[in-house]
Amino acid sequence: MAPRNRRRSGFMERTAASFVDALEHTFYAEETARADGLLQHLDPRVKLLGILALILPAAAARSFAVMGGLFAVAVLLAAASHVSFGVLLRRVWIAVLLFTGVIALPAPFVTPGHVTYHLPWLGWAITSQGLESAGYLVLRVETAATLCVLLVLTTPWNDVLKALRVLRVPVVMVTILGMTYRYVFLLLEAAHDMFESRRSRMVGELTGRERRRVAASSAGVLMSKTFDLSSEVYLAMQSRGFRGEVYILDGSRMQSFDWIMLAGFTLISAAAFWWGR
Amino acid sequence: MSSINLNAAEQPAVYEVCDVTYRYREVTALDHLNLAVKPGRRVVLLGANGSGKSTLLRILNGLCFPDEGKVHFCGKPLTEENIESDGFGLEFRRRVGLVFQNPDVQLFCPTVFDEVAFGPLQLRWPDEQIRRRISETLGMMEITHLKERSPHHLSMGEKKRVALASVLVLDPEILLLDEPTAALDPKSESHMIDFLVRSKGGGKTIVTTTHDLDIAEDIADDCFVFHEGCIVAGAPPAEILSDLSLLKRTDLLHSHLHVHKSGEVHAHPHLHQHQE
Repeated sequence: MAPRNRRRSGFMERTAASFVDALEHTFYAEETARADGLLQHLDPRVKLLGILALILPAAAARSFAVMGGLFAVAVLLAAASHVSFGVLLRRVWIAVLLFTGVIALPAPFVTPGHVTYHLPWLGWAITSQGLESAGYLVLRVETAATLCVLLVLTTPWNDVLKALRVLRVPVVMVTILGMTYRYVFLLLEAAHDMFESRRSRMVGELTGRERRRVAASSAGVLMSKTFDLSSEVYLAMQSRGFRGEVYILDGSRMQSFDWIMLAGFTLISAAAFWWGR
Repeated sequence: MSSINLNAAEQPAVYEVCDVTYRYREVTALDHLNLAVKPGRRVVLLGANGSGKSTLLRILNGLCFPDEGKVHFCGKPLTEENIESDGFGLEFRRRVGLVFQNPDVQLFCPTVFDEVAFGPLQLRWPDEQIRRRISETLGMMEITHLKERSPHHLSMGEKKRVALASVLVLDPEILLLDEPTAALDPKSESHMIDFLVRSKGGGKTIVTTTHDLDIAEDIADDCFVFHEGCIVAGAPPAEILSDLSLLKRTDLLHSHLHVHKSGEVHAHPHLHQHQE
């Protein structure tokens, strides 16, 4: 794999490096999921339901105190689960602030209400109701995104998929998602190898037209490999008795700790709904 | 066309392949092939790449069906209709297991545990029995520590062992192995060979494809040589391996440059066999 700090000037370098980045993100997530933290010890089903139970009042709350409280709960859960604040800051908090900030930016100027400030030179009026709307949006998304990322970082993806069964997601859907997750890495590695081998035989920079041609031909080859792989996988499934129906083994049993945490999530959620009306 | 039966007079065959031809569009992979596999025998199909060995394994596993000729499994015709029927089809899948050459094809589940559980779940075994069998099989293959791992985190040797475990969990009577030692490091290869050597006398019928002459004698009772979709020879491995002109004719004997102690460098066909 390419070293992370190398200069990523060319098209090939950038593409190959992005494959490596994708793989590194996954490896980090799986490493965090194996850490000895609070959320890691929870049954994935409880975690999924608990996180959902916190996201719903965060989305519905009309009080900064309640939203701030839910955000604080998310931060505490992150700390208790040994999730790095640096990672949350880079991947969630700054990214969400920039993204939702752009969406929320017009709100203070266009929302009618009590004018609290005028922008110097431009003279645009900022209303308190507009600031409140923008603040709600940013805080809601920050809280919800933090909780979602916590779920993903503290749970192996396979367990997240299995936990979807408690939300009545069909077995066949869970299985297809699991297989997609399994093979996306194989194809990612195949794509990475393709770009690396091409790069190793290349001298100089590619023109825009050549880049497009390389991208199109690589996509074609990868598509062809995917078709071959899918028919082989189907044969392998048939070979072990697959006849169109999918079955999975029932998950593990809930422990008393899981029930206590589920009750805790429910209480916090109910209280947030009550005070955030 | 070839017609070779080893020990034909002794027992009824597990597989009878009668005059089978299989084509991939214009390319003939198997050409009027005849073969009988007896129960409890360890059979090796030797042949160079593209000689039709893997195609035959897929036919023996009921994954594809001949364009011409017939295959019988324990006296019953191995047809698409029979494979799709509930009674024969499920029984066949329980009794016959195929380990693919490329383990990435076979390891399609998110974790090793799910992978090994897939076969028993398809056959609707009770959950408790499935868990017990998985535990036994992982222990037997010495991969218990890998059970929560994703296949993309495993080495090639580990993948091959998991692929084998995913088939052995059903305790099949007939095991079809497609190039089990291909692309393995020496340690993983020795694990696989140990398994095949230990299986002697275990009652399983094992059909292995390979072009590795070094392992044929250790893992086989019967040996068939493939060339361009035909079986050109069938005999005990020692006999096949001593026929250098046959091995050279079927592209199984290679020659490469090597250096002698005297410093002389030359190339000639040779086997890498251990001396007793």
